[in-house]
Amino acid sequence: MFDISLYFIFLLGLSSYYIGKNRAKKNINLITETGGLESHYGMYLVIWTILPAFIFYLIWSVISNYLIKEATLGSIPNDLLPNNLSMQKLFLDSIIVVAKGGSSLSKVPEISVAFYQNFAFYSTLGKSISTISISLISFFIFYKKIDSNVRAKNFLERIILVFLFISSIIAIMTTVGIILSLIVETTKFFQDVTIFEYFFGLLWSPQMALREGQVAAEGSFGAVPVFAGTFLITIIAMALAGPVGLFSAIYLSEYASKNTRKIVKPTIEVLAGVPTVVYGFFAALVVGPFIRRTSESFGLASSSESALAAGLVMGIMIIPFISSLSDDVINSVPQSLREASFGVGATKSETIKKVIIPAALPGIVAAFMLAISRAIGETMIVVMAAGLSAKLTANPLDSVTTVTVQIVTLLVGDHEFDSTKTMAAFALGMTLFAITLILNIYAIRVVKKYREKYD
Amino acid sequence: MIKEQTKLDIDNVDVFYGKKQAIFNVDLEIKKNQVTAFIGPSGCGKSTLLRCFNRMNDLIDICKVSGSILLDSVNILDKKLDLVRLRTKVGMVFQKPNPFPKSIYDNVAYGPKIHGLCEDISELDEVVEKSLKSAGLWNEVKDRLNEPGTGISGGQQQRLCIARAIATNPDVILMDEPCSALDPIATARVEELMQELKKNYTIIVVTHNMQQAARVSEKTAFFHLGHLIEFGNTEEIFTSPNEIKTQDYITGRFG
Amino acid sequence: MTNIDVLEDKKDKLIAKRYSKEKRFILFGRLAISLTIIFLTILLGSIVLRGISGFTTTTITFDVNLDKKLIDPESTNDKKIISSARWRKITRDSIYNVLNEINLVMNGEVLSKAEQKSLVRLFSRSSEYQIKDIVMDDLSLIGKTINVTLPAASEVDQFLKGRIDQSLPEDDRPLNNIQISWIKHMVDNDMINRTFNSNLFTKGDSRNAEEAGILGALMGSFFALLICLLISFPLGVMASVYLEEFAPKNRLTDVIEVNINNLAAVPSIVFGLLGLAIFLNVFNLPRSSPLAGGLVLALMTLPTIIISSRAAIKAVPPSIREAAMGLGASKMQSVTHHVLPLAMPGMLTGTIIGLAQALGETAPLLMMGMVAFIVDVPQSITDPATVLPAQIFLWSDQPERGFEEKTAAAIMVLLGFLLTMNALAVFLRNKFERKW
Repeated sequence: MFDISLYFIFLLGLSSYYIGKNRAKKNINLITETGGLESHYGMYLVIWTILPAFIFYLIWSVISNYLIKEATLGSIPNDLLPNNLSMQKLFLDSIIVVAKGGSSLSKVPEISVAFYQNFAFYSTLGKSISTISISLISFFIFYKKIDSNVRAKNFLERIILVFLFISSIIAIMTTVGIILSLIVETTKFFQDVTIFEYFFGLLWSPQMALREGQVAAEGSFGAVPVFAGTFLITIIAMALAGPVGLFSAIYLSEYASKNTRKIVKPTIEVLAGVPTVVYGFFAALVVGPFIRRTSESFGLASSSESALAAGLVMGIMIIPFISSLSDDVINSVPQSLREASFGVGATKSETIKKVIIPAALPGIVAAFMLAISRAIGETMIVVMAAGLSAKLTANPLDSVTTVTVQIVTLLVGDHEFDSTKTMAAFALGMTLFAITLILNIYAIRVVKKYREKYD
Repeated sequence: MIKEQTKLDIDNVDVFYGKKQAIFNVDLEIKKNQVTAFIGPSGCGKSTLLRCFNRMNDLIDICKVSGSILLDSVNILDKKLDLVRLRTKVGMVFQKPNPFPKSIYDNVAYGPKIHGLCEDISELDEVVEKSLKSAGLWNEVKDRLNEPGTGISGGQQQRLCIARAIATNPDVILMDEPCSALDPIATARVEELMQELKKNYTIIVVTHNMQQAARVSEKTAFFHLGHLIEFGNTEEIFTSPNEIKTQDYITGRFG
Repeated sequence: MTNIDVLEDKKDKLIAKRYSKEKRFILFGRLAISLTIIFLTILLGSIVLRGISGFTTTTITFDVNLDKKLIDPESTNDKKIISSARWRKITRDSIYNVLNEINLVMNGEVLSKAEQKSLVRLFSRSSEYQIKDIVMDDLSLIGKTINVTLPAASEVDQFLKGRIDQSLPEDDRPLNNIQISWIKHMVDNDMINRTFNSNLFTKGDSRNAEEAGILGALMGSFFALLICLLISFPLGVMASVYLEEFAPKNRLTDVIEVNINNLAAVPSIVFGLLGLAIFLNVFNLPRSSPLAGGLVLALMTLPTIIISSRAAIKAVPPSIREAAMGLGASKMQSVTHHVLPLAMPGMLTGTIIGLAQALGETAPLLMMGMVAFIVDVPQSITDPATVLPAQIFLWSDQPERGFEEKTAAAIMVLLGFLLTMNALAVFLRNKFERKW
């Protein structure tokens, strides 16, 4: 991939730094002019030597990469061309492998191989020559330009600013990438399965055998049981983490001595640093069997992959999340309110219940929403400790499945990429993304408003 | 004239913040139904002493108070003393108005509610109305009792805090620079209010503003660097102080 | 004159009630804290209890007769011929002979087929390959009888660690009575020993618990984190500099900010879907490679780094910028010469914490195909690889008992790394923290 032209422009760029510097030394009285230091002029020439040529190189690579495939596909004799699109892609891949000197099991037409090699040769040649020439031309033009009219420093700073801006745009591009990749597959999915069936259907069984030629929609994609399972496990998790996390936060911020706080707070935060796969192991090998044994000793039937086990362990995982967020919120309630309440003779718990909690309520609600969003999106614990079969049940001892478990089972392993099954995973992903997005945006907004109010 | 009764008898009080001593050996008697003003340059310990009277300093871990403060002959520095009862007897108004983010009504009703002072709602309504009236706020807010206490003007908020403090029917009201965040008009209202309130309550006010001390108080105590320099009738303190420091401060030479 | 200690009876009762409420409330708080700490203790305790034995393993020392007739009858010394010798037979013959060594079987007595099978099961399935490797390294051994120390089968290891319940009926346990009696004899004769489990750190994955190691996963994690660091650190720092120092107050900046905060809370599996759809299916990056996995981790870590870097930049007081600009420095110079160096420790701390999160991440890598049975240790960022948490996930699913302690041991290694990274972050923070 790295051909000679890249080395060339790199070397030219390196030397142009010193050339630019020297020219600046000769041409410009740097003491009276404010265009920048000598080194700025060096960098100025480096950028002009490398950047345009490199961008050109990238664009050529992308375009030729696309063209070469299309053209090679066109060169395949008609009788050899498979009519299925994905087969065509495979066939093309083996031609490329052979053309690069490898070997392929399937027989490939000589003519296309030769075509590909020719195309690649001339394309690379053209690319190298033009990249080098652009680099040289731009080097000479801007070498001549170095004089007191050029503000090299300003130019450099503007270039840096452009890079800084591009970096901050990556976040938006990531979000757009997520939305695009989810939407494309999800729309395809809804061509096979109706929206109504997905959101209201009571039977989820995508694993139903899809033989060749069978209509895809015969697998059943009613997602209600999956949502119900996610909901059940989230409720169990929040039932544990909500009170425990909140009370921990209250105790730590209002009652605990400085020393207790210094020890206990980091201890709780250790829980937040434990990877989810470890929680999964804990749920599957310790909590799950324990719950099954306990419930069986009470004569209750229990699945070894009970919703309770996954939910409780998820709750443990979320405790530090709730407690540290609530701690922040409670601490930002102004001290004057506490004083006012103590001033009229309220006890600490009365102050907390009647003044601090109500004042901190929006923040606490936001913390809970973020926690719920995390519980819904949590994957490893449920993959390892919850079940696969989508059952519509409210019994915590029964096994249920969740959105994330289904995404994983549908996508891990060897699948044809565009089957309804894989697209169903993206539809679930889209649902997950939408729900967590709403929860997050709401929560983030509330927290921000809350901070502004008391800061 | 009625004989002056002693409400608070402060005896040999020292206050430490960790190793740093903030109050040195203060002796003072606060008389009933009077306004006593604490004046002095900032950092002189006047607020610290004030906060001893309802043990607000207990909120600060490193703060240690020694000596004795007798409120009606009970030592309020006693470790076993019930803070809840003390604070119902000694109310406090803070430097910055700090209404709870609740309705005006709930702000005033908060104290009576938690202390169980009222049998039923109508009684509570009465207490709220009485307190707001005593604080001179009733006419301004009677139509919007359910609006948030944070939504009224700063002066009104401070009078709301005063109403909140008197709703539990205390004996003593501590005021920690109650007017420092208020404009002159609101300040005048609060000062008038103090004159009204001293008929029923004993008031101790910490202030930066010497004119205010002169206007509102019967007795004035002047503090400097944690020491009580001079204590006496306000008139005397302001017209013929015994100590040079007091004179210097009052005439604006330092502080 | 009212005495504050003398209040009516009714009030006393009420106050007593209020205080008991207060006590109950504090009790709840203490309960919550203790519960959390108990959970943590059980979590870590159960893992250490299971995992600590995973760091040792059981070996069997026995004589192997390297019969020249079976290996290289024509003395060719040709490695090709030697490598295709009948290693299984050589190994088995030597194993059958083991019982003679400890005088459990009379010379000349032949074991029944079932007994032979039981005996072979005590040795690692990899024994024949290991013996072959020993010979291939030193061809002069051919024809001699050598004394080798090889891993025992995982069942033997588990038995000696007390993980096999002998009270179960014979058919329900992985070792039958005769095997157990042999093991005991071999232990008595010092043939079976417990040693440090070096395989755990020097080998890739294996189907045999006694052979399985985490080196492959460690290398995979290393490469993936390297990619993640190389991409997310510069991007994160540049983005935070832009947002804190240069971004105009407008809609676009707002959108970027909301985006970053929101990305930090997007479920990790969604990033996996993004990686699958874009990096694997559009850009055709190699599946299961640390390159693709690292890219996804970089996108996930980016918000964490940006958020902490911005906090670090914000903590640099404006007076520093003003001082620089007052001397005629441009905004860019004041940032690169003064603000960035001062904010760097904070940025590094955030980056280490972000990397620690990435190291523990599994779900998105499942989507990128980084959970696969991969024996070879990856050598580059494009080799198929798995990562440490994915290895833990894979092993936790293995029904064989021997994998359970390996899983827990691997978790201990992972937690060890995380602990080190976080300690480093705390150290950095404490060392360079400045109060302005």
